[in-house]
Amino acid sequence: MLEIQDLHVEIGGKEVLHDINLQIGEGETHVLMGPNGSGKTTLLRAIMGFAGLSITEGRITFKGHDITHMPLHERAQLGMGMLFQRPPTIAGLKLGKLLEVTSGGDLNRVTEYSEYLHMDKFLDRSINLGFSGGEIKRSEVLQLMIQKPDFVMLDEPESGVDLENISLIGNAIAKLVDKDVHIVNRKKSGLVITHTGYILDYLDADFGHVMCDGVFRCHGNPREILKVIKTSGYKECLACQKI
Amino acid sequence: MPEDIEQMEDLSSAEKERLAQTGLEVDMKNRSGSFFQVDHDIRQVASLEKGIEVLAIGEALKKYDWLQDYYWKLVPKDKDQYTRFVADQPEPRGFVIIARKGSKTLYPLQACLFLSKTPVQHVHNLIIAEEGAELHIISGCASASYTKTGSHVGVSEFYVGKGARVTSTMIHNWGEEISVFPRSAALVEEDGVFLSNYVCMQPVRKIQMAPVAYLKGRNAIGRFSSITVTTPGSYMDLGSVVHLSAEGTGAELLTRAITTGGTLISRGLIEGEVGHTKGHIECKGLILKDGIIHAIPEIKGNVVDTELSHEAAVGKIARDEIEYLMSRGLDESVATSTIIRGFLDVKIEGLPEVLQKQIDSAIDAAEKSGF
Repeated sequence: MLEIQDLHVEIGGKEVLHDINLQIGEGETHVLMGPNGSGKTTLLRAIMGFAGLSITEGRITFKGHDITHMPLHERAQLGMGMLFQRPPTIAGLKLGKLLEVTSGGDLNRVTEYSEYLHMDKFLDRSINLGFSGGEIKRSEVLQLMIQKPDFVMLDEPESGVDLENISLIGNAIAKLVDKDVHIVNRKKSGLVITHTGYILDYLDADFGHVMCDGVFRCHGNPREILKVIKTSGYKECLACQKI
Repeated sequence: MPEDIEQMEDLSSAEKERLAQTGLEVDMKNRSGSFFQVDHDIRQVASLEKGIEVLAIGEALKKYDWLQDYYWKLVPKDKDQYTRFVADQPEPRGFVIIARKGSKTLYPLQACLFLSKTPVQHVHNLIIAEEGAELHIISGCASASYTKTGSHVGVSEFYVGKGARVTSTMIHNWGEEISVFPRSAALVEEDGVFLSNYVCMQPVRKIQMAPVAYLKGRNAIGRFSSITVTTPGSYMDLGSVVHLSAEGTGAELLTRAITTGGTLISRGLIEGEVGHTKGHIECKGLILKDGIIHAIPEIKGNVVDTELSHEAAVGKIARDEIEYLMSRGLDESVATSTIIRGFLDVKIEGLPEVLQKQIDSAIDAAEKSGF
């Protein structure tokens, strides 16, 4: 599904990601962990194709296409999606209006998913304007359910979400990455940034990666990695020689 | 040809289309009354609603002596050269609408002022809503597609009686070489509500206006909304003024402005003259291409316990908003127009749905022509 080879990324002339290699296969969900400021969000933004960063070396391949320099919206049209940790507020633009556009006018689907995510009352409100943390995340998940990406990147989907909403969001995200489909038929893939690991209760991730200072320090079983981080913190990762 | 225009039905389809963009319904299906003036010829005067009278102003002034108490009482004759020009006309043109006590319009009344071949069109309108009446007016002003130059000078005086409610929605569709100088004022009595909405998204050479509302009665409300797109070569100087002259009165001035190369001056003044009053000015502008948006919000408090505020912002569409929509699969131009559409999408509180739809379709038309 996604292959990253020897990727180097600069922001403002300073290299922030060094020699990143990553492969995510069809039906796989990967977890990305690491301390604040280590470059996790930058990696997601580089994969999605946002401006404000430049890829100086390496290659990103998605579904067999070299997308390293492909415009953002073409990557989305090719089947890539992203849940923003802090999406912008767009005053005036109603959530329902955006969903009408992205669903291609399929209002039945918009109604069905917005009711499922308890967002039906928000369709007539400006996107993210005055939304609480949980409402922002539900709005993000709703937009992705309408968009139906084959590969979805989730930037801290559980941050700011209360306990009542975490299961709603967790289950919805599980659907986004085909966790409700038998493993043999699972087609959709995901890359999830998490600090707490709460989302793993719903996702059963297949692989975990730890990033520190713009490099991968560790690859392995996501639950094992999380256990180490929870008991010893990231200093254990930084000291680890097993890379 | 212009001389053959008798009724709105007789207009060519191109002219009907221009009028439709200003909210005029030629067949009057969703309208409760109509007034149609071409240059200085009054072609149609009709009211379908009981308790609501629509008259040509000349005829009205002859019919009702008491109208002298309203005629030129809010807008001074010598306010400027334009009001003097209208006052100097031997035969006044324009309309009078009288909504009798307690009357209500189910559908809005439409008034159409069409500039065809006269160099300067002048009108004087009187709108009187008696106690408890509810009146919605949509005035469409347009020029014929073959009219390249000309001016329109219009004086309008609104009287909103006790507990009455008047909404005035004006959608303009002028030509690139037409200059427009409306001079309007409203007097609002106790518990009265006056909503004034202005929409102009088509080219015009120059438009200059600053309607005034005097909130004289307790708890009266005045709300002005303006949604404009200023195209290259257009110059719009738009403002509104509200005097909070009684306890409990409140005003709101709302502007959404886009320039694609023209100049927009957006003025607003709320003056709190007595206590227990509130006012807020909100002006948001987007400069899409070269152009000027000059926001001049003014608030003036003369006493303790008047609460006045303003917020104005002029800028461009934030890059992260465009990229956000692009990440959902929209290309850059669709993402941009979707955001602009949202920016202009103001739901005006208290406006009948049929009029809101009219504003929405004016925005649709502007969106189709690529803003």
